[in-house]
Amino acid sequence: MGVLDPQGPVAAAERLILLNATGIMLTVVLPVIVLTLAFAWWYRASNKRAAYQPEWAYSGHIELVVWSIPTMVVILLGAVAWTGSHQLDPARKLQVDAKPIRIEVVSLDWKWLFIYPDLEVATVNQLIVPTGAPIEFMLTSATVMNAFFVPQLGSQIYTMPGMTTRLNLLAERPGDYPGLSSNFSGDGFSDMRFLVHAVPASEFSGWVARTRSEGTALDTAAYVELARPGGDVKPQTYRGVEPNLFERIVQQNTAKLAASPSGER
Amino acid sequence: MLGKLSWSAIPFDQPIPMAASLFVTVGVFSVLGVVTYKGWWPYLWREWLTSVDHKRIGVMYVLLALVLLLRGFIDAIMMRSQLAIAAGGAQGYLPPEHYDQIFSAHGTIMIFFMAMPFVVGLMNFVVPLQLGVRDVAFPVLNAISFWLTASGALLVNVSLVVGEFARTGWLAYPPLSELQFSPGVGVDYYLWALQISGIGTLLAGINMVTTILKLRAPGMTYMRMPVFCWTALCSSMLIVAAFPVLTATFGMLLLDRYAGMHFFTNDGGGNFMMYINLIWIWGHPEVYILVLPAFGVFSEVIATFSGKQLFGYRSMVMATLAICVLSFMVWLHHFFTMGAGADVNAVFGIMSMIIAIPTGVKLFNWLFTFYRGRIRFEVPVLWAIGFMVTFAIGGMTGVLQAVPPADFVLHNSLFLVAHFHNVIIGAVVFGVMAGYYYWFPKAFGFTLDRRLGVVSFWCWLIGFYLAFMPLYVLGLLGMTRRMQHYADVSWQPYLIVAEVGAVIILCGIIATIAQLVVSIRTRERRRDRNGDPWNGRTLEWSTASPPPVYNFAVLPQVESLDAFWVMKQHRPATPPARYEPIEMPGNSPNGFVTACFAVVTGFAMIWHIWWMAILGLVCAALTLLAFGWIERGEVEISGEQLADDERARLRTASPA
Repeated sequence: MGVLDPQGPVAAAERLILLNATGIMLTVVLPVIVLTLAFAWWYRASNKRAAYQPEWAYSGHIELVVWSIPTMVVILLGAVAWTGSHQLDPARKLQVDAKPIRIEVVSLDWKWLFIYPDLEVATVNQLIVPTGAPIEFMLTSATVMNAFFVPQLGSQIYTMPGMTTRLNLLAERPGDYPGLSSNFSGDGFSDMRFLVHAVPASEFSGWVARTRSEGTALDTAAYVELARPGGDVKPQTYRGVEPNLFERIVQQNTAKLAASPSGER
Repeated sequence: MLGKLSWSAIPFDQPIPMAASLFVTVGVFSVLGVVTYKGWWPYLWREWLTSVDHKRIGVMYVLLALVLLLRGFIDAIMMRSQLAIAAGGAQGYLPPEHYDQIFSAHGTIMIFFMAMPFVVGLMNFVVPLQLGVRDVAFPVLNAISFWLTASGALLVNVSLVVGEFARTGWLAYPPLSELQFSPGVGVDYYLWALQISGIGTLLAGINMVTTILKLRAPGMTYMRMPVFCWTALCSSMLIVAAFPVLTATFGMLLLDRYAGMHFFTNDGGGNFMMYINLIWIWGHPEVYILVLPAFGVFSEVIATFSGKQLFGYRSMVMATLAICVLSFMVWLHHFFTMGAGADVNAVFGIMSMIIAIPTGVKLFNWLFTFYRGRIRFEVPVLWAIGFMVTFAIGGMTGVLQAVPPADFVLHNSLFLVAHFHNVIIGAVVFGVMAGYYYWFPKAFGFTLDRRLGVVSFWCWLIGFYLAFMPLYVLGLLGMTRRMQHYADVSWQPYLIVAEVGAVIILCGIIATIAQLVVSIRTRERRRDRNGDPWNGRTLEWSTASPPPVYNFAVLPQVESLDAFWVMKQHRPATPPARYEPIEMPGNSPNGFVTACFAVVTGFAMIWHIWWMAILGLVCAALTLLAFGWIERGEVEISGEQLADDERARLRTASPA
């Protein structure tokens, strides 16, 4: 469970950085804690064997050391931060030899809409992805700001109305990984949960075919219905998606979409 | 006539909010009743409500902070109880619309109305005494600052009874806080309370900067100032630089909400990313506004109780100034997950880490102040040791989140919540608690009960670890903040442990209240007769406890760092042949009355009662001008009076 149990390369790299950075800092923090307790205990007023130098308040050597130690730690960590920020930039595409899956993510009050533009299907509060394939997310919000986060797959990113953010993840092994909104968005926020079902590629194409043949399509009317504020929505699928729905959501806010059901501006 | 206000603003139909509002109403009226019955109003008016004495104002700030600590803590324990039970399919006892108000109020109150008044109160009380002067630069302004802060606190608590509080989190990010998504009065309570108290804080900052730069005892050069004054100076400079940003940001959100503008809305060309940037341009310095004075308290406490000069004074001053400047260059680390791009994230990540260098230096310097000291384990030292250990951990988890890729999986999780409580409780709360115990005898002339102080410390320390270490684990397990219920039942045991921790902290708070009561009852045998109960090093200990209104009969001549310590070593105090008379400013009702009208204005704006808002604003402005114009009688203290006072003080200090 959680970020210490990564199921993809992004989450694994982030866990490594997390553990490395903690390890680097512990080499200083632990001695400081031990020394604090040791000095406080040894130099207690009742200890007659302890030295007492009330006027001793400066030592160039010690000053040099106490400025150097944190500086060296920060140089080391700074290098980790610089390389890590670039290698794990959420917008950076993963270098994997497999056909990527594009997914458009929309946060609504209070549910998640996932559109597969190339496969012409959409889901609500569940995300089905093939293992081993890089997933290229484009994200926006039709309402207030949220954040898309699947702890076991790695990086979270904000979803923001009128804007898009990008995120690249990959699930290595089949399994169910919980996802959530990690930015408070109002009363129904706690129910903005979804499961990521990572399945082998063959099973994934079977799911796409099945989904395309059942249920309803996501047209503007269906979208306006879905976008109505309300939480705790059961996972569902759509067999088709109106073209450019995501772009229109980015360009308009929900109120305007509701006002013009035909979607014309 | 009454705008949006109607009987429906009072939560008759909701049992928990109704009980809370009844409790508050009964509490307030019973206090007012007792004061009236006992006939204390003239005394209160003369000695406190209209006082411009920096010591009285400091005490009132701290009292405000302690009362609001109770309010904020009740919110905290309600949240912990909710999350201890709302697992799996359970919804707990607080519905989202109530729970969301509670976490918003908890954060708002604890930062703006607990930590800020506590820190500003300690600065107000201590800084003029440490500088060896008689008052702050602008005594009446000081009273206005305090009463405006109190006005904000009052408005936040009025929202318990009339209407609702914000449901947007303590920083009220738009677009959630815009009219479209938060049409109620909650966000308006938040905004007006913070606008009013924010002006108070800004004025307090200006006052403190001026005091430290322009009023110091003869001979007190900058490099002879106690470290607490340095931290107060840096903290106040940060207030002066950062609070206008907060006021402007809230001003824009208010224009959106009241005048239909589009600074931060989804439509009309607004962009809320600007709000998030601006609020953190204030918000990150705010952290250092709070923590720098706490560092100052620990510097004083550790040096005093080690019987030793602070190690590396110059380093300490440089580190404080460095933190002061750097704190404005890191705000973006609060939203690495906004997608700014690798270069921007990396630069702000590294800038954030750089702040750890001067902070780390401070820890080492305290460590080497212990070294070859003779440490008396009085209560403030316990807080200091607890702080050094706790803050080392909190600092580490903070730097960890300054690494952007680590933040990508930790941001907004309970790991983050654990981190900022780790530093705010571990440094700020421990610091003000140490300062409260340390300076209490100076303020009231008797020491606090030591045994209950030790009990309080251990309850806070153990309670803190039990309450927040599980939150680090939960963050790593993927639990995010501000959830009202959760599906994963494996999180529940951790949240139950956290609740137990909160209960132990409650015991610490009760011990603090008991300590105050017991100490007042036994004050006769815990009198501080010579004004120097801890064998202190700085000038506040050179005068009586409590100090006379004029602080020092003769302004001390400062010749070194730790001025009082050196005086005690070298020069027995010889009273001068004659005393020069002193002029002190007289009382002024300006602050109290202006603030009353500010409350009226704020309340009227919240409920859209326009005539009342205009009336309140006009009255506040007229009060401010009128009292400012009237020549107030200065109180002259004659030389004979001073000579008598001093003789009495020296007699009690060294009873034959």
